[in-house]
Amino acid sequence: MKQLRRKVNGLRRSPRALGIVMIAALLAVGTGYSTVSAAVAPNREVVRTQEQIDLGKKIFLANCASCHGKNAEGTQNGPSLIGVGEASVDFQVSTGRMPGAASGPQLEVKPVQFTEEDIAAMAAFIGSLGTGPSIPDEAYLQANGDPSAGGELFRINCAMCHNAAGAGGALTQGKYAPGLMDSSAKTIYEAMVTGPQNMPVFSDANITPEQKNDIITYLTFVQENASVGGEELGSLGPVSEGLVAWFGLLGLLIIIAVWLAAKSN
Amino acid sequence: MSVTQTKPQKNSFLAGTANYVDERVGASGILKEFGRKIFPDHWSFMLGEVAMYSFFVLLISGTFLTFFFDPSMTMVKYEGVYAPLKEAIMSKAYDSSLYITFEVRGGLLMRQVHHWSALLFVAAAGLHMLRVFFTGAFRKPRELNWVVGFVLFILAMAGGFTGYSLPDDLLSGNGLRIIDGMIKGVPFIGTGISSLLFGGEFPGHVVIGRLYSLHIMLIPALILVFLALHLFMLIIHKHTHFSGPGRKDTNIVGYPLMPVYVAKAGGFFFIVFGAIMVISTFFTINPIWNYGGYDPSPVSAGTQPDWYIGWLDGALRLAPTGMEFMIGDYTVSMNILLPLTISLVFLALVAIYPFIENWVTGDKREHHMLDRPRNAPTRTAIGAAGVMFYAVLWAGASTDLIATHFKMNLNQVLVSMQISLIVLPIVAFIVTKRVCLALQRKDKEVAIHGRESGRIVRLPHGEYIEVHEPLDAYELYKLVDFKDYQPTLARPNANGKITVGARVRSALSRFYFQDRITPATKTEIEQARHHAQEIESQVLKAIENDK
Amino acid sequence: MSDNSNEVEVKKDLEKASGSYSEHEYELGLRGVVNEDAVADPGLEPHRVRMTDKSEKHEKAAVRQVALLFTLSMLGSAFALWAYFNFPLSEDLSSVRLNTLYLGVGMTLGLMGIGIGAVHWAKTLMPDNEVSEERHLVRGSDEKRAAAIEILAAANQESGFTRRKLIRRTLYGSLALFPFPGIILLADLGPNPGDSLRHTYWKKGTRLAKDPTGIEIKASDVTLGSVFQVIPAGLNPSQHDYLEEKAKAAVLLVRVDPSELNEAEDRKSWSYQGIVAYSKICTHVGCPVALYEQQTHHLLCPCHQSTFDLVNGCKVIFGPAARPLPQLPITVDSEGYLVAQSDFLEPVGPSFWDRSVK
Repeated sequence: MKQLRRKVNGLRRSPRALGIVMIAALLAVGTGYSTVSAAVAPNREVVRTQEQIDLGKKIFLANCASCHGKNAEGTQNGPSLIGVGEASVDFQVSTGRMPGAASGPQLEVKPVQFTEEDIAAMAAFIGSLGTGPSIPDEAYLQANGDPSAGGELFRINCAMCHNAAGAGGALTQGKYAPGLMDSSAKTIYEAMVTGPQNMPVFSDANITPEQKNDIITYLTFVQENASVGGEELGSLGPVSEGLVAWFGLLGLLIIIAVWLAAKSN
Repeated sequence: MSVTQTKPQKNSFLAGTANYVDERVGASGILKEFGRKIFPDHWSFMLGEVAMYSFFVLLISGTFLTFFFDPSMTMVKYEGVYAPLKEAIMSKAYDSSLYITFEVRGGLLMRQVHHWSALLFVAAAGLHMLRVFFTGAFRKPRELNWVVGFVLFILAMAGGFTGYSLPDDLLSGNGLRIIDGMIKGVPFIGTGISSLLFGGEFPGHVVIGRLYSLHIMLIPALILVFLALHLFMLIIHKHTHFSGPGRKDTNIVGYPLMPVYVAKAGGFFFIVFGAIMVISTFFTINPIWNYGGYDPSPVSAGTQPDWYIGWLDGALRLAPTGMEFMIGDYTVSMNILLPLTISLVFLALVAIYPFIENWVTGDKREHHMLDRPRNAPTRTAIGAAGVMFYAVLWAGASTDLIATHFKMNLNQVLVSMQISLIVLPIVAFIVTKRVCLALQRKDKEVAIHGRESGRIVRLPHGEYIEVHEPLDAYELYKLVDFKDYQPTLARPNANGKITVGARVRSALSRFYFQDRITPATKTEIEQARHHAQEIESQVLKAIENDK
Repeated sequence: MSDNSNEVEVKKDLEKASGSYSEHEYELGLRGVVNEDAVADPGLEPHRVRMTDKSEKHEKAAVRQVALLFTLSMLGSAFALWAYFNFPLSEDLSSVRLNTLYLGVGMTLGLMGIGIGAVHWAKTLMPDNEVSEERHLVRGSDEKRAAAIEILAAANQESGFTRRKLIRRTLYGSLALFPFPGIILLADLGPNPGDSLRHTYWKKGTRLAKDPTGIEIKASDVTLGSVFQVIPAGLNPSQHDYLEEKAKAAVLLVRVDPSELNEAEDRKSWSYQGIVAYSKICTHVGCPVALYEQQTHHLLCPCHQSTFDLVNGCKVIFGPAARPLPQLPITVDSEGYLVAQSDFLEPVGPSFWDRSVK
C-alpha cells in the first residue's frame, strides 16, 4: 500500500503521467460529477488505526452527531461529512470553528475544544467514511518555496477576499473572509484543499501542492516581516490612512495651533 | 535695523546686505508697507497655513522622488531586494517605486512624507474651508477668494489622484480602472475620452507618463498660481477677526508681522514639517510592495481610494441597483451618471454659496468680523447638512470595512447608508439649527441676567432665588456683538410688479431669518440689572432685620 | 421697528462703517438690522502682563528653553546625518525599517526643535500687546475710480476700441477661434476606439488557461466548488498588448451542481456539465468581480459591492451594477480541454453609450 502511494505520487509529479491520470479522471467525470469531488487525491500516506477510528467515532457521537447525524450523513442542522476528508475536520476543529456556536452568518474562530489526539481521532473517523483531502504533507508546509510565485498566485486567487496583505475582507450578508496574519501553514493549506464554508476549493489540479507551498511561503514572509514603513494600521489601506491623517496628523497640528495662538502667562 | 539707510554702517554685515538688497529691489519700501501688518491670532486661522505648508513639503519631497522615479509603463523583470516580488514582470514605474522604497536611503521615508503630506494637504484645505464657511468669512469682500480657495481644493484633489496612480501598483491601477469605467459611462463621448486618456485601450502604455506630466508640472503650477492669488487677496482684504471688544469691521486687531507673526508662522512651518516627519517615521502609508504591480485580473479586498476621493467612490457604491436604462439601442448608465451629477452639483453649490447667501441677505456691506457659528443658525445648519452629506458618502466608500470591523452585514450597511444619505443631512440641519438657537438664547440669558453664582438666598416673603452675577463689560460684549437680520418681504419693482425672483428671495430670506434671536439690548440689560439691584437691597434689608 | 426708520438707521450705520455708498445699492428691508439700543463696545481688553515680563527669572528660563530647543534641533539634524551613514540598506528588510526610523527621528527633532523654539520665543519673549490697525474699504476712493475710468476712456479713445467696430469684431472672432487648433492637437492622444471594445482575445476553440501560469485547463480539473481564474491560452506576458487583452479577457470558471444551474433556453449549450465561465470584469465600472462564495454561488465585486448570482445567469442581485456579467460559451475539445465556443457575444466590462449598437 505504502509503496503504491509513493508510486502514484511519483506519477503525479511527472507531466506526462499527470496527463494520463487526468484522462483517467476525465473518464470518471463522464460517470457523474459526484465522482469528481472524490477525484481529489489524498496528499500522502494515510495512517489511521482502528483504535483511532473507534475513539473518533465515540467523540463524534458525543459532540457532533446531533447536527451531523449518527453516521455523519448530515441533518437539517449540519451537512453530511461523508467524503469531506480529514483535512476538513482538522481545519474546522483545530481552529475552534467546530463545534459551531449559535447560528450566525458563518462559523467563528473560537478557543479549541479538543486535544490534538481527539482531533486526530475524529479526523481518522471521518476520513474512514469516504475519500477526501487528508492532512497535508509536512513537506508542503515548510514555507521554503518561491515567495514571488506565491505572491502572484495569492493576488490572483486569494487577495480579492483576503486582501493583498492578508488582512481579510467583507463578503455578502455578514459573511467575511478572515485575516490570515495569524493562520498557520497547515490551516492555510487545509483551507485551500477543503474550501470551508463559502471559500471555494483550490484542488491540486488548480493550484498544485508546490504552488500551495509557494503561497504559504509568501504569507509566512508577510507574517514574519513587519512593514518597513512602520506601524501597519491594520493593513487596511487608504481608509485607515485617511483616518490617521485627519485625527492623528491634523489633530496633532490643531493641538499645536491652539497652543500657538493661546496667550502665554 | 538699518534697511532704509543709504550707507551701510561700518562692520555691519547685516546692514551691508540690507543696503545691497534695498538698492536693487527696493526692499525697504516693501518692508515698510508690510513689516508691521497686523495679523489676528486664533488657532483656526492656522488651518490654511497647515495646508500651504504641507504643499511646500509636497514640493520638497516630490522633487526628491522625481530624481529616482521613472514614469514608464515598459515591462521589466524585477531584480531588486524585495523577495516576494523577485523576477516578477512589472512596469518601470512600479519597479522604480520599489527601488526608491528599498534601495534609496531615506527613499521610503520621503515617499511616506510625500504621501502623508498629500493627505494632510487636502484635509487641512478642507477644514480651512469649513472654518471659513462656518464663521462667514466668505462674505463681501471675500467671495472671489472663496472661489479661488475652492479651485485650490479641487486642484489639491487632482494632484492627489494623479499622484496616487503613479506607482502603477494593483491598488491604484484598479482605481484607474474605475475612472476608466466612469468615463466610458458618459454618453456620446465616453469611449472616445477614455481612448484619448489611455492612448487606446485600458490600461495602455502611456497613462502613467501623462498623469506624471500633470502631477509634476501642470497641477503644481496651477496650485502655485492660485495660491499666489489667494494670498494676494488675503493681503488686499487683510485677515478677518472674531467679533469681540475693540474689534470692528473697520479695524483689525492682532500682532504685527515682524517679529511676532514671522516667528509664529515661520516656526509653524517647521512644526507642520516635523509633524509630517514623525508620522512618516512611525506609520506605513501605501505599502505598494504588498499590492504587487498592476494586472487587470487580480483585485484586493478593501480596494479604496485615498480619503479625498472616497466620497466620490461612496457615491458610486450607494447608487441603487438597476438604474441603467436604454433609449433605443443606446445605453444610459444612470448608475454612474447620477452619482457623478450629484457630486458635481454638490461641488457647484459649495463654490457658489457666498453668492447665494449674499443674494438672500441683500447685504452689500463689507464684513471683516467673523460670526460665531451659533449667531448664524441657518448658515451653520446648512453647513452641518452639507458636512453630513459628504460624511455619509465618505463612509459609503468604506462599507466593507465597516461591515467587517463592526461585525455587521455588508448589504445592510449599504442600504442604511442609502437611507442615511437622505435622512441624516435633514436631521443634521434641524438639530444644528435648534442647538444654535438654544445657544443663542442661553447667551442672551447670560448677557441679561448675568452668570449663575450658585448663591441661593431666601427672600422675606419666602421665595428662594439664585443670585446672578453680572458679566464684566468685555464678556458681555462678546455675547451681544453680532448682526441681526430680519426676513424681508417681496416688494414690487419699479414697474409695480412682484417678480418671481423677489418672491424666491423673500421665501429664502424667511427660511434664513424667520427663527432668530436678537442680541440683548442695552435697555434689557439695564432693566435686568435694576431688578437685580432691587432684589439685592431686599436681601440686605432682610439680613439686617434678622439681626 | 418700521421699515422706514430702519432704512435711515442702516444708512447712518453704513456711512459710519464704510464711507460713502450710493443709495441704489440698498433695497428696502434687505440688510442687517442695526440696533440703536446695542450695547456699547468697551474697547480692547487691557493687556495682561506675562510672567516673563514681570520676572527676570522667568524671562531667563524662557531664553534657556528656546536655546535648548534650538540645540535639540541641531542634535537631531546631526543624528540624522549620522544615521544616514550608519544605517545603510541591505537585502535584509529590517535595514530599511531602521534607516527610515533613525533618519526620520533625527529629522523630526531637527524640524520640531526649530518650530517649537521659534513659537515659544514669540509667545514668551516678544511683545504680546495686541495692536489695532485701521481697515480701509477695499474699493478705491472716488478720486481713484475717476482716475481709473479716465485711463480706460483714454485707452479706448486712443485705440478706437469701441469706435472701430470692424476691428473689434474681427478680434473677437480670431480670439474665439485661435484655441481650436491647439485643442485638436490633442486628438492624437489616442486612436478612435472603433470596435476594439466589442472583441476580446477569445475566439472559437481558444483553450481556457490558468492565470498567471497559462497552463491549460481540462474539464476534469474543475472539481465541484472550485473556482479558476482564467485567461485565454496563448495570451502571454511578452506580448505588447498583454494587459489590454487581459483587461477584457479575464474569466472566472466555476463548477456547480447542474441541477442548481438555471440556464436560459438559448444558453443551455454554453456550459459544460455544470462548468460555467463568466467575464470577471464588472459591468459597473470594471473592477474584477472575483469573490466567489461557494455555497451561495454569489459573486461579489470588492470595489462597489455589486453582487451577481452565478447560477441565475450572473444577474445582479445587489449593488450599483445593472447588467449581468457576460457569459463565455464553453465546451470541451477532443483532448478534454475546456475551450471557448466563440468570443463573448456582447461587449465585456463597463457600460458605454453605444454598446448595444451593432
